[in-house]
Amino acid sequence: MSLCMPEPDAGVLARRREIVAAMRAIVPGEGVIDHPDGLRAYEADGLTAYRQPPLVVVLPETTEQVARVLAWCHANRVKVVPRGAGTSLSGGALPLADGVLLGLSKLNRILDIDYADRIAVVQPGVTNLAITRAVEEQGFYYAPDPSSQIACSIGGNVAENAGGVHCLKYGLTTNNVLGVELVTIEGEVLRLGGRGLESAGLDLLGLVVGSEGLLGVVTEVTVRILPRPQTARALLIGFAEIETAGQCVAEVIAAGIIPAGMEMMDRAAIHAAEAFVHAGYPLDVEALLIVELDGPEGECAHLIGEIEAIARSNGAVSIRASASDAERASFWAGRKAAFPAAGRISPDYYCMDGTIPRRRLPDVLRRMGVLSEQYGLRVINVFHAGDGNLHPMILYDANQPGELETAEAFGADILRLCVEVGGVLTGEHGVGVEKRDLMPVMFSPVDLAQQQRVKCAFDPELLLNPGKMFPELHRCAELGRMHVHGGAVPFPELPRF
Amino acid sequence: MLRPADITQLCEIIAGSGGPFRLRGGGSKDAIGSPTDAAVIDMRGFAGVVDYDPPELVLTVRAGTPLAEIQALVAGEGQMLAFEPFDHAALLGGTPGLATIGGVIASGVAGPARLSRGAARDHLLGFTGVSGRGERFVAGAKVVKNVTGYDLPKLITGSWGRLVAITELTLKVLPAPRARTTLLARGLDPVAAAAAMARAMGSAAEVSAAAHLPAWEGGAVTALRLDGFPASIRARAETLHRLIDGLEPLEDDAPLWDAVRDAAPLPRDKPLWRIIVPGRNAPALIAALPGAEWLFDWAGGLVWLASDADPQAIRIAAANAGGHAMLIRADAAMRAAVPALHPQPAPLAALETKVRRAFDPAGLFETGRF
Ligand SMILES: Cc1cc2nc3c(=O)[nH]c(=O)nc-3n(C[C@H](O)[C@H](O)[C@H](O)COP(=O)(O)OP(=O)(O)OC[C@H]3O[C@@H](n4cnc5c(N)ncnc54)[C@H](O)[C@@H]3O)c2cc1C
Repeated sequence: MSLCMPEPDAGVLARRREIVAAMRAIVPGEGVIDHPDGLRAYEADGLTAYRQPPLVVVLPETTEQVARVLAWCHANRVKVVPRGAGTSLSGGALPLADGVLLGLSKLNRILDIDYADRIAVVQPGVTNLAITRAVEEQGFYYAPDPSSQIACSIGGNVAENAGGVHCLKYGLTTNNVLGVELVTIEGEVLRLGGRGLESAGLDLLGLVVGSEGLLGVVTEVTVRILPRPQTARALLIGFAEIETAGQCVAEVIAAGIIPAGMEMMDRAAIHAAEAFVHAGYPLDVEALLIVELDGPEGECAHLIGEIEAIARSNGAVSIRASASDAERASFWAGRKAAFPAAGRISPDYYCMDGTIPRRRLPDVLRRMGVLSEQYGLRVINVFHAGDGNLHPMILYDANQPGELETAEAFGADILRLCVEVGGVLTGEHGVGVEKRDLMPVMFSPVDLAQQQRVKCAFDPELLLNPGKMFPELHRCAELGRMHVHGGAVPFPELPRF
Repeated sequence: MLRPADITQLCEIIAGSGGPFRLRGGGSKDAIGSPTDAAVIDMRGFAGVVDYDPPELVLTVRAGTPLAEIQALVAGEGQMLAFEPFDHAALLGGTPGLATIGGVIASGVAGPARLSRGAARDHLLGFTGVSGRGERFVAGAKVVKNVTGYDLPKLITGSWGRLVAITELTLKVLPAPRARTTLLARGLDPVAAAAAMARAMGSAAEVSAAAHLPAWEGGAVTALRLDGFPASIRARAETLHRLIDGLEPLEDDAPLWDAVRDAAPLPRDKPLWRIIVPGRNAPALIAALPGAEWLFDWAGGLVWLASDADPQAIRIAAANAGGHAMLIRADAAMRAAVPALHPQPAPLAALETKVRRAFDPAGLFETGRF
């Protein structure tokens, strides 16, 4: 693999038995795993190109155990990598050879549901979908819906600020979380936010959401739940050109409509999905839009009419409006199966996650096509069209020598392109190890140093999930002294990963 | 007063030997917090729109731009700042029109629609600013969906000038609703009002704002607002009628919502508190503070309270209700004695201090105001 992680600490590796024993004293029974076979189950997250068995896996069952594990690791200078369900696509939960892998999966209870205040209080290991399952009988749901929602944990969603197809209208995780219980690396248990709409002082809750396990371990989450809309309907619209599809999206929004979801697929993705699930997608189009509306029946009907008119005026070659929930589900079936569909036409695929200003879409797709030819790898595109979040999937074969590296280089070029046109490296999957070394493409050394100083306020010894998010590990004392002038890199002698 | 014209000057001022500095936009919220004689840095030199592309839902402006100017600009495109920011002139007394967008963000201002559409923090996508180290830096981005790096835009929203001098902001804008209707229930007591608002919020009616005023034009009113397309408002109003008895439409609803936002019905000669609680606890909170005058916004999640009771008692009552109380309006002597922000538990306060030092190691932005 072409990834470089911080050099394991030989002293810590040598103390492995002592560390395992200390963990067993805190978490009894099967909650501590140190057998190589057991460790292998945790060696990767959803970014499977990178693997590293951890020093030991610890699966606490209470906040108190989490606090004691962290306090011990802090006192003994042992690194800790938190892990939820391990579905991260950016390597956020990639273990360290000299680090404890702290799995939160056993903290999996729903603690309280309050329909009057429309909140649910849950432990971090509860899956995203389980929250909706717990409240749907009363007509409620939890809005952020990552495609991994059957598996991913709410703790991981908080750490990654996960999104989903409905986040244009309903927001990302951060817009739907009211409070967390956070255990610091020192083992202190803090409450950030609560059940009210605002927290009292600095918005540390807003900072912790999306912090990728670098600031603390989340042991409880209070989320907002929403009443289920009365109806949902979808449109499936085919276009002969990407440009007109993009123009249609812009005009829908300019007309004052924020659909519940608005997804686009390119020709390659349409064909891959159709071959896989037979969703009934038109195959003679360059771009397919799925637009979902929700709300009262009259509102959906009215908006469907407006969007059909906009689509027609942009030369849509096919338009279908769902007449039943089953038909709506069939519109989504291909989009939702985009990942396995990619897996079916290629031994491996690498999913990217940049965001661009929407108006740049045709240009970006054209240049992506050029890159695809240069690198000799195919790419298929699905994206959250409403917010410009692209998910190009690069198809490759890891068994061909050098192809993984080629795919990585191609992916990096795509992300550089996203930043060049005014966008960002990641819209929802997080930086992790995957985009860590690209951070300087988007941020100056001063910007990055400022972010790292925030890290130092929480974890001055850099014990929590080191090697993620930042391309360099500055010691906190250095960051305090460091001044950057004219954008020049300070400490050029410092080792980079 | 220092008035930098550009970032270079701002960096020089902050990196120079002066301080502490009070960062100031239009000064519309000068009357919040302990009086301080710290040197003022006037941020209004950073003015003007940098980029606005309505279909992208993104607006980049310099921080010293007047809020009113931005609201007029986006309204011209049929859009809005969805968190309903407002000028504090009515609340605090003073000249209307002074509030700047930088001040709005730094103090986390949001109106009644915050209940359904999110707060200022939910609409700030990115910023440029100068830290207490005198360094210019950026965070966040100029697109609506981004998780690259820490979400510092959230952290600086509502930080009251204690982390960074914000020079430029990128905000998410949204289409403005085509129509709006308010339905009123009359004569409910606080418990019944909170229950009615919870029922409405728990229904598919998508209520955008919910408030209860115990004394509005002669009696208690509970107000539920619907925003959106006309056809959909009609359908959602029917949903509410089925749920709550005796609802009647309110013809001209702007005065009511302005009054809620500005806490206008509450007496001006008593200290004014802004108390955040879980909505269901709002009735218990006011029951614990007899003699106070109050109104509920955000379906009870925000209690505006005017009372000359012991500040400590008010804060204890707020904490007992699962919330916290900010002192918004009081005479200078009281503001000098009572911290505006609700004190945090010690471990959290210690962490906050470390976070502030991460931006401002020498405490240049610590003016004693908060
Ligand atoms: C098929 C597939 C589809 C996906 N679709 C989407 C999508 O639509 N939208 C989207 O946003 N993402 C998507 N993802 C990515 C992933 O599911 C999300 O990032 C998810 O939030 C990760 O949750 P997890 O529980 O698996 O966390 P993990 O992968 O275990 O960990 C992710 C990060 O969170 C940290 N972490 C985990 N739990 C905690 C905790 N309790 N406290 C502190 N830190 C913690 C870890 O250290 C790591 O940095 C998808 C992934 C897959 C495999």
